[in-house]
Amino acid sequence: MPTTSAPPRLTYDYVTQTIARTLGTPGRTYWLLLGGAVALLGIGIICLLFLLRYGLGLAGYSHPVYWAVFITCFVFWVGIAHSGTLISAILFLFRSGWRTAVYRVAEAMTVFAVMTAGLFPLIHIGRQWYFYWLVPYPNERGLWPNFKSPLIWDEFAIGTYFTVSTCFLIMGLIPDIAAIRDVATGWRKKLYALTALGWRGTHDQWRHFSRGYLYLAALATPLVLSVHSVVSWDFAMAQVPAWHETLFAPYFVAGAIYSGVGMVITLMVPIRKAFGLEEIITVNHFENLAKLCLLTGTIVGFSYATENFIAWYGGPTPERAAFIYRSFGRFWWAGWTMNICNAILPLILWFKVVRRNITSLFVISIFVNVGMWFERFVIIAIHLAGEPFEPYVTAGYNPTWADWGIMAGSFGWFFMWFLLFAKNFPAVSVSEVKEVLAPPTRGTAGRHA
Amino acid sequence: MNPLTMVRDLFHGPPTPGVLAVFGHLDATVDAVKQLQAGGRDDYTVYSPLPRHELEDAIGAPTSSVRAYTLIGGIGGCAIGAWITLYMSLDWPVQVGGKPIGSIPPYVVIMFEMTVLFGALNTLLGVALNALRGARRRGTIAYDPRFTNDKFGIFVPAAAADAGKVEALLKGAGAEEVRRA
Repeated sequence: MPTTSAPPRLTYDYVTQTIARTLGTPGRTYWLLLGGAVALLGIGIICLLFLLRYGLGLAGYSHPVYWAVFITCFVFWVGIAHSGTLISAILFLFRSGWRTAVYRVAEAMTVFAVMTAGLFPLIHIGRQWYFYWLVPYPNERGLWPNFKSPLIWDEFAIGTYFTVSTCFLIMGLIPDIAAIRDVATGWRKKLYALTALGWRGTHDQWRHFSRGYLYLAALATPLVLSVHSVVSWDFAMAQVPAWHETLFAPYFVAGAIYSGVGMVITLMVPIRKAFGLEEIITVNHFENLAKLCLLTGTIVGFSYATENFIAWYGGPTPERAAFIYRSFGRFWWAGWTMNICNAILPLILWFKVVRRNITSLFVISIFVNVGMWFERFVIIAIHLAGEPFEPYVTAGYNPTWADWGIMAGSFGWFFMWFLLFAKNFPAVSVSEVKEVLAPPTRGTAGRHA
Repeated sequence: MNPLTMVRDLFHGPPTPGVLAVFGHLDATVDAVKQLQAGGRDDYTVYSPLPRHELEDAIGAPTSSVRAYTLIGGIGGCAIGAWITLYMSLDWPVQVGGKPIGSIPPYVVIMFEMTVLFGALNTLLGVALNALRGARRRGTIAYDPRFTNDKFGIFVPAAAADAGKVEALLKGAGAEEVRRA
């Protein structure tokens, strides 16, 4: 990996000590945040219990809208997951030195976001206790799942994604847990001694580890592109106007990375401040994240333009009607939230001064998250609600308190896991941050003494 | 015998006598490795807080066998994907719109996902079997907790008669600290 010039304070020892310090006894703010996350989760669980008791009508489902906020949240959280794998696997293959400081947060975010996403199809199926019907297992009726259905592809894609990203996270953690083990004391030392799985950094261990890590990255790279493509095919394979588009796979992948990078920035800003990691995670890292956001946001904006153009160019079709409904129908505000947050807002990242201002990036990242949630809501619920050639539409669709409650619960669930992770395991990679520093050599004895 | 002790002995072999050197500098460690090799030794263990190509090149160990695990896992996964989709379709044939019962293009998605899944799981298995056991294969060797922080280290197994010579070599190469284990 290329060696970048680092401030002289940044020695191997400084890196280990700084990251080990983040795992100390948590302060009041941490407990408040964790309490808030658990409270949100509680709200979600209560709403889910009501949903279990009274059925999906409570979520406002009525003909023709049977996919709405739950599927929106599913796609949203899967999308959030994607930038983690992009940063940890794709940028690893590209040998980007800057990824080392931020990839652990992104990767942990991936695992917890997929964990959150995976709940929504289960909530959405209504009779949650039959969820195992999705799994191909021999049963008394001799039935098997329909492998021609994108929903089954999705199950395989999400299951694989969760397993592989968890493997990737755990594998990267092993040398770092060992580094923390060797400086920790008390019960933490015992925990890390157990979870480091006997890692000592011998040349044989590194030899196998580096190879294995390379292959995991090589497998995760096509996986990340395939997962959101498969998610997009859940829609694109159906014949609903504004869903049935060949554009969907690249459009969704770009959107996923855009929202994920937004979430990485949202998480990274408070973590850097709370853990005092200013020397390790610098403004340059944020600028690079902002550039990723700009790139993917531009692709998203271009995709919006393309689908609107094709809808117009195609003539007076249901497609065109669907796009007119998106912009000027009952939910025009949702459509314009998505257009402004995802296609127009990222353009201010062309300005270097914005990219290097952490406060402005944090604010933009929140809008990115909001915009991308609305993108999925518009694509899924609004295009179903506004289906122009659908007879027998009996009622207008509106999301209900059960939708919002369960969505809030999903944020609580995600942040709960993330907070627990960040305080118990190194949220910044110890060994990989060292890789981009100049190694201590006899010529630099003073610096590394 | 206590079964817990038996399990522990399985993972912690008897301690190996030898010399442990602690290095503060990467280039000194590389020099020591080269000198050990010039002396015809290949049973040493190098510790480092991070993987460095300089060390890898000096040691010149063969490419890790993990790649075979990945390949076999990937091919096996692809085959499993093809098998479950085709077998399950043919086991309960449902004719829809005159489309083929076993329809390859949509099954490629499942085959791909299974390739990645089993490839990754097998890679993890390969790393676990090779790396996590590797250091203990020849018995338990000396270690210093600074090796995961900012020091490099070399352990050379040596009998008491031989240890003095090894100590001199490691010190000469620039070790900060040398001790017998």
